[in-house]
Amino acid sequence: MKILICISNVPDTTTKIKFVNNNTAFDTAGVQWIINPWDELALTRALELKEANPGAIEKVTVIHVGSPASESTIRKALAIGADDAIRINAEPGDAFYVAYQIAEAVKNEKYDIVIAGIESSDYNGSGVGGMIAEQLGISSVSSVSKIDIENGNVSLKREIDGGSEAIGVTVPFVAIIQKGITKEPRIPSMRGIMMARTKSLKVIEPTVSESMTEFLGYSVPTAKSACKLVDPENMKDLVHLLHTEAKVI
Amino acid sequence: MAILVYVENWDGRFKKLSFELVSFAHALAKQTGSTVTALSIGKVADEELMKLGTYGASKVFKAENDKLIGLVPSVFSTAVSQAANKENADIVILSNNFTGKALAPRISVKLKAGLVSGVTALPSGTDPFIIRKKVFNGKAFADVKIKSSKKVLTLSQNSFGLIESPVTVSLEPFTIDFNEKDIGIAIKETTKITGKVLLTDAEIVVSGGRGMKGPENWGPIEELAGLLGGATACSRPVSDEGWRPHEEHTGQTGKIIAPNLYIAAGISGAIQHLAGVNSSKCIVAINKDKDAPIFESADYGVIGDVQKVLPDLIKAVRDFKAES
Repeated sequence: MKILICISNVPDTTTKIKFVNNNTAFDTAGVQWIINPWDELALTRALELKEANPGAIEKVTVIHVGSPASESTIRKALAIGADDAIRINAEPGDAFYVAYQIAEAVKNEKYDIVIAGIESSDYNGSGVGGMIAEQLGISSVSSVSKIDIENGNVSLKREIDGGSEAIGVTVPFVAIIQKGITKEPRIPSMRGIMMARTKSLKVIEPTVSESMTEFLGYSVPTAKSACKLVDPENMKDLVHLLHTEAKVI
Repeated sequence: MAILVYVENWDGRFKKLSFELVSFAHALAKQTGSTVTALSIGKVADEELMKLGTYGASKVFKAENDKLIGLVPSVFSTAVSQAANKENADIVILSNNFTGKALAPRISVKLKAGLVSGVTALPSGTDPFIIRKKVFNGKAFADVKIKSSKKVLTLSQNSFGLIESPVTVSLEPFTIDFNEKDIGIAIKETTKITGKVLLTDAEIVVSGGRGMKGPENWGPIEELAGLLGGATACSRPVSDEGWRPHEEHTGQTGKIIAPNLYIAAGISGAIQHLAGVNSSKCIVAINKDKDAPIFESADYGVIGDVQKVLPDLIKAVRDFKAES
């Protein structure tokens, strides 16, 4: 069995979000880049599955669409424990473009399980995983919070509004994962960092395709008016304000 | 031309978000000079389907199929695409919830339609088509142009609201053309949370953080939520510690919610937590640390010990309820 993890390169989640060029571009100055948190959890879970099923899972590959600037993020994924990596050398236009590139790159390689995060923490697109499944013509299961493999059988848990479902699925398929898939993302060990330098990072050129969407400009939510302090001894006032001023109760 | 809306049902009933989608679609249809067709998959009584007309759906496709149990993304996306083609629809709208996130990307590929997810408002222009969405987990908005002639949108929950625009509904049976072998997944067991207001549906949410000191202190949070008809939530450290279930975790990697009222008790307000709640209409923060960042995002602040403030607040709400 082979597992493919799609990874996105995103600003650290504590980054102060600012824009430049008359609010048409994200300000990347001083930004620390990381593996998209969901993708990092996906990679961690894939490695746990590989260790728990010796011999059954041949390899865990990470794939990324991006410029050479994102190679340090890919190296981190290798340091965490991915066996090899593929970088498609292109700017990640939109979800449609990224999914098309990934589907084209792996259509002949036959990965049994493709895993993508439910969204990226930058553009919150929630598109890539489902689009890859559709491009490849295979099943997809979204909002997955658990993946287990036993004797080659895959079982999943899917979150639904107001509950969850246990799901059986046959390979190949795309799992679009969310939090809960594993407890904590794995941190690279010193040995992992050393080994990452020698692992294969294959760079391939993109297939001709176009984005269907274009980001024109950005704005930040209007600043909230100052917080109104209420005397902790007088909760009656708070209830009154919530009723008459905020009109929420 | 038409706008197609996929309306999800829960055990045969629609929720506020289903009607919100239709309200949004109707407003958009007025802008583009088209009409709204809704597609419903599963067993829903005609009486329930007719309710969609209240919000502006003039046609409703009713697709029932015994082979489809639960959400099957491959087949459901086929159904939505077939309905869109039948109606010659250029815009398809879904909710930005679990279901919408599962279906919209597949529909986008099937129809070769540009996808914008997490839309928060009507387009600022329809030619070119430019629409606003949340990015960076609600820390910013982006205006996105869709270049393709067909478009798929998912709407952020609670961002548009309900607008009644009653129209006469024509109800039509709809047959999904699919191959049983395309189902590909088997739902073996469904676990439902019952008897509680769901976090994503709740108009009022009462949430606790590490300042609550331990799971044994959650009584007042639950009591206040119950009193207000709301749901309970928590911050990430709380779910990581196992004080509360993961389903309650709100924040960047947990649930993103937008209730009318969010009460944060003993939550300091890390940027990742705020990302999950800052679309709430009104935020009340209770924290003993006057410098806690949560106060910068709150509308009302109470500087005090949650253990003391919460019981007082519960009493004040109880008195208010008794009076009104």
